[in-house]
Formats: sequence, C-alpha cells, structure tokens
Amino acid sequence: MPGLSREASKRRGKSLRRPKARPRRTHERLLLLVATRKGGFIFHGDPVRKDWVIDGPHFLGHIINHIVLDPRDGRTMLMAAKTGHLGPTIFRSVDLGRTWQEATHPPAFAKAREGEPQRAVDYTFWLAPGHSNEPSAWYAGTSPRALFRSDDGGVSWYGIDGFNNHPMLPKWAPPEDQTPDGATLHSIVVDPRDPAHLYIGMSGGGVFESLDKGASWHPLNKGVEANFMPDPYPEYGQDPHCVRMHPMMPDRLYQQNHCGIYKLDRPSDKWDRIGRQMPKEIGDIGFPIVLHPRDPDTLWVIPMDGTTVWPRTSPDGKPAAYRTRDAGITWERQDRGLPKEQAWFTVKRQAFACDQYDPVGLYFGTTGGELWMSPNEGASWRHLAAHLPEILAVETATVIA
Amino acid sequence: MKVRIPSQLFSYTHGHSKIDGKGGTLAELLDFMDSAYPGVRFRIIDEQDRIRPHVRFFVNREMVRDLNHPIHAEDEVQIICAISGG
Repeated sequence: MPGLSREASKRRGKSLRRPKARPRRTHERLLLLVATRKGGFIFHGDPVRKDWVIDGPHFLGHIINHIVLDPRDGRTMLMAAKTGHLGPTIFRSVDLGRTWQEATHPPAFAKAREGEPQRAVDYTFWLAPGHSNEPSAWYAGTSPRALFRSDDGGVSWYGIDGFNNHPMLPKWAPPEDQTPDGATLHSIVVDPRDPAHLYIGMSGGGVFESLDKGASWHPLNKGVEANFMPDPYPEYGQDPHCVRMHPMMPDRLYQQNHCGIYKLDRPSDKWDRIGRQMPKEIGDIGFPIVLHPRDPDTLWVIPMDGTTVWPRTSPDGKPAAYRTRDAGITWERQDRGLPKEQAWFTVKRQAFACDQYDPVGLYFGTTGGELWMSPNEGASWRHLAAHLPEILAVETATVIA
Repeated sequence: MKVRIPSQLFSYTHGHSKIDGKGGTLAELLDFMDSAYPGVRFRIIDEQDRIRPHVRFFVNREMVRDLNHPIHAEDEVQIICAISGG
C-alpha cells in the first residue's frame, strides 16, 4: 500500500474486536428501509422480527435509489430521490421519516469552465455514512460515476475533486460507456480503522482505493475477470456489482462482480474467484452480496442467470440464496420457503441486507415488489410483503423505541 | 408576472398552481423562485444551467429554451413537465 503512514499501516493490519451478537431488547426496533422505483417505505419490526408495520410510501412517485439511517447517531436518515421529470435530490429526516427536509445543496458537479465537459448528476445511487470519528460525514455515489461528500449530515454536498477530476477518470469510466439506466458509482466503503482509507466500486470501471481521503486513487482489480473486454484481465474496466468489507476484519473484502464472486485479503492486491466453487448449473453471477456481521468467512449471494442475453432472473425461475461458511470453499443452497418454480425476479445490488442479531436476519427485495426475510441465517424464508413497486434497495437499522 | 406551476413542483409551492414571479429574464425568474421556494431550481435546471430534459418553458405560449430570454411583468410564464416515461 504505497503512501501508508506507519500508524495507519499498523491500524490496517489489525482486525477489530469481534462483537457479541446484539441482544434483543424490548425497547429496540428494527427498521427495514425499502427504496423503490415509486417511493420509499419503512418497515417497523418488533423485537423478535415477527410482526411488521409498514410506513409509506414516502415521496410517492419518486425513484428512490437508497435510504440509509446513520448508525452513528441513530436518527439521521438520508434518501436519494429523483423523478422521471425532475432532477435529483437528497431528502433528510431526523425523526424516522415523520418529516423530511431537502438538502440545500444536493450532489452536483461544479459549473464547467470553457472547454470542460458539462457534467450533470442524473441521480444519486449510493449513500454511505462516513467514519465514526467524522460524525457528520457522508459519501454519495452518483450516475454518471462520481463521488461526493457532505460534512454536515447530508445538508450540503461537494464533489471529491481527487476522484471526479482525476486525469484517468475518462479512461477508468468512459462517459460513453453507459448501462441502460446509467453507469453508477457504488459500494463506498470506509475503513473503520482509518477515515482516510476508502474503496469504491464503479459499474464498468472496477474497484478503486484511496489512502488519503479521496485525494488520490488507484485501481484494485488484479485477478478479476472482465470477459467482455479484449484483455479479460485488464488493470481497470471490470464490472463490480457490489463490494463489501467485513466490519470486524477490514482487510477482508468480497465482491459480487459481473464475472463472478471474489475475495481479497489485504495487503494482497489480487482477488481470488471464490465463486468457482458454486454449482456449475447456477454459476456465480449476481448483483448483491451480504456478509455475516460477526463471521468473516460467512456470506450470502443471490445468483441470477448471466447466460446468453443475460436475463438477470433467478436461474431456471427457481430463486435461492447461496451461503458459504468457509470463505467460498463450499456453498450451500438456501431456498426453503421461496417459490419452487416460475419465479423470475431479480434482486438488485442494494436490495439484500442483514441485521445484527443472533441468528442473523436476512432481507431481500425483488424487482417484482416482493420483500422476503429469513430469521435464521437463510435456513428458511418468509414473505413480508408483495405488490410493492420495483425494489431498488433494502437496508436495516436498529433504533431505540 | 403570472407563473403557472406543474403538479410535479407543488410540493415546493405549497400546492399553488400559480404564483407571482419577478425578474427581467427567465434566469432571474428562476433565481426569484429558488429564493421563495428553496431547491425548486435544481429540480428543473441542472448544474450547467441547462433546462432538464423533460422540462419545458413557455412565455406567452411560445416555447423558450434560452434562460436569458427577456420577460416582462405582464407576461405569462408556464412551466411544463413533459409527459414521458412510465
């Protein structure tokens, strides 16, 4: 890791103390923050995750890409919104969605100077609270691919020039290379040991790392396939769908990529394709990836059909989660309670999440507007809601009742 | 001047479909509106001062694309969010 201070290097070599599972307290409530193509919904759960009360839709008709509650203060909730007609914005609530205020300066590029490309944010896609030592800091990833930061809890935002104006950005993320809904910057990961240490993922760009709070960046894609490129193992240009860092072992990263499931143990910079051990008939293509909050070797994916024209649906119409408990050496299918056939939904990269309890609860939303949960780490699944709009993101949050 | 507001912006204008605007150009009218209804400008004009793709401005029923277009107190300005998408 070039440029790493001795202190930061020491910090990064360490794992964090493994926390105990969060005990269920009667005064706690679990929230599911469900972002859909037609508004936001908040599901209020009871302490045993059995009964849920739906609150919403918030901002009916808005395309909500992400809703996140700040775990540092337990009250600041941000929502990334736009509509088909209007430009993008951020709404902010400090009372769990009872009232909302709009950001005074949502993520936006600076006015272009003569000869510069005239970039405009189409929508904010990803929201990430900053480091615990920076209690009001947030990051946002947008389409087109750019990184923004707020230092006041999401009220006003500014571009990270070290990334947005990086001389290599037009090569890392060519503006002409767009997915149907626009290429995104996502998976903003902050090292819990060091607020200056950041990772981001870009669809059609790859994974990138900064050691200096975003002032400089380098690609981190060695070993990751890009089978749609002339060179299938380029320095950049890969298509990570979702990148996660293990919260207790921050040197352990996983990603669900367009071309498989990968693990990276820093300080190595070479990813290992752990998805090769998935059943051949299922493959290792998908959008989301979820990590067990206390066991760095346990994670879940929800595979999709990435063959031929890329249907992106459950393989053979039979949805399932796959779990590994040994960091990808072996995988097990978890489909008890899910439809056995003719279920052709997609689970998007932000639409799969877990809680902190023991056993861990898992939650996913589908493009068909269904919300599913497992109260037992994937052993069985049950339906929480149907007939919602297309679900774009699911996040969990614990609040004091 | 009279400004007609599309339903998509009612959340900013407190439900009003018509407001009284001020300004010598469309750009000045938008600045006035943004001070009266914070945030409304960015929803219809991007950070490069371009009218967003699905937004149209009409002055006395003539479509106007230039924010420097002069307007007068007796003019009627209509903002329309073109029907698009699904």
